[in-house]
Amino acid sequence: MLWDWSYAFEILPILAQASLVTIQATLLGFVLALVLGLVFALLRMAKSPWIALPVATLVEFIRSTPLLIQIFFLYFVFPEFGVSLDAFTAGVIALGLHYGTYCAEVYRAGLDNVPRGQWEASTALNLSPFHTFRDIIIPQAIPPVVPALGNYFVALFKETPLLSAIAVLELMQQAKILGSTTFRYIEPITLVGLFFLLFSLVASALIRMVERRLNRIGAR
Amino acid sequence: MVMRKLVVVAVVSFSAGLAVASFAGFREFIPGLLEGALVTIQITLAGAVVAVICATVAGLAKMYAPWPLRWLAVVYIELFRGTSALVQLFWLFFVLPLFGVTLAPMTVAIAALGLNIGAYGAEVVRGAVAAVPRGQWEATTALNMSRTQALRRIILPQAFVAMIPPWGNLFIELLKSTALVSLITISDLAFRAQQMNQTTFRTLEIFTIVLVIYLAIASIITVGMRALEQKAVGAMVRGRGH
Repeated sequence: MLWDWSYAFEILPILAQASLVTIQATLLGFVLALVLGLVFALLRMAKSPWIALPVATLVEFIRSTPLLIQIFFLYFVFPEFGVSLDAFTAGVIALGLHYGTYCAEVYRAGLDNVPRGQWEASTALNLSPFHTFRDIIIPQAIPPVVPALGNYFVALFKETPLLSAIAVLELMQQAKILGSTTFRYIEPITLVGLFFLLFSLVASALIRMVERRLNRIGAR
Repeated sequence: MVMRKLVVVAVVSFSAGLAVASFAGFREFIPGLLEGALVTIQITLAGAVVAVICATVAGLAKMYAPWPLRWLAVVYIELFRGTSALVQLFWLFFVLPLFGVTLAPMTVAIAALGLNIGAYGAEVVRGAVAAVPRGQWEATTALNMSRTQALRRIILPQAFVAMIPPWGNLFIELLKSTALVSLITISDLAFRAQQMNQTTFRTLEIFTIVLVIYLAIASIITVGMRALEQKAVGAMVRGRGH
């Protein structure tokens, strides 16, 4: 028998423990991505090309290079500048930065869809730029793009196994360790695959639910 | 406004050039890294071929095949979109040999990445075919074409044009995911970088050069796909789409 049930049940608690790290990295990384994405999107809209162009270049650069290399870069290069990050922090920052650039594009689409008249009305009401953004533009720009952001949440979740490359003890790393100590790779790696499949399916169902609720609020 | 933009571009690229030039002796890394880049390009090209074939077959099967095949296509798409590319790679690399199927690392890399991107591509194919106006189908019925004929000569050429931009994005995704194959012992660009880093500790130079090489390859893909799109649109307009 290739598949050993008793071994699978034996390693299940260990993998469950590791999955907590995976989920932590996903949540922290995504919060960072949401914040950085908004910052990138707003800076790209700046009137001065001294701000807008370098930010646009940075975003394009991060978007078109591999996440794995960026993780290595943060983990190995930052200590040279005297900033030592532990593996988990470096990984979360890399995830947040990479997906922040994707989120920036999503926010931009949302911001572009706010009708011009809203800006003009804010000017007419003498609102400061800060208040225009916080009270008028952002509340209209974000809800339509929530489903797109949700897709990136699932995508970010599926990238977390990359953190195993800098020895963060998340699901994949734990599975590899289990495999290398017992020489049984079938159960750990298959279980990890199933975990990802399950979580992705549940997450996409949740996103669809949020989408429906947002549509209902929008219709009201 | 345009002038100011040009000035900004000039200043930024000048300072970037200055930063690169200040890497003392970065040239010693270039030959090794370029060898790695060649492997990366090979995997990207072969993976792209696998991805396009898988995507076309699965996308069309999901729309038109009889139910067992349709069901198989849905399972393939959901399975490969729902799990992580690295997990798929490791599964093929570590678990398949235990079933008695041992593949070379290079084959595993091309198969895993091709199947992964192919699953995303299947949805692109399906979307593009579904977006061809209904009238086109009705016209093929009026002209007494069979369904296969209609797909091959009327529907797919039109869908092809709509597919090019999303495929461009997927090819860049594929290029970026080739960095994962360094974790299954293939000496691609990412693997070379790590190896050099471990022996020389010149981390900043090495990884910066690597990022620039990836960026260059990604730019080539972007430009190439844009040219292909223009050509395809031109061919469509002249009425020689197939």
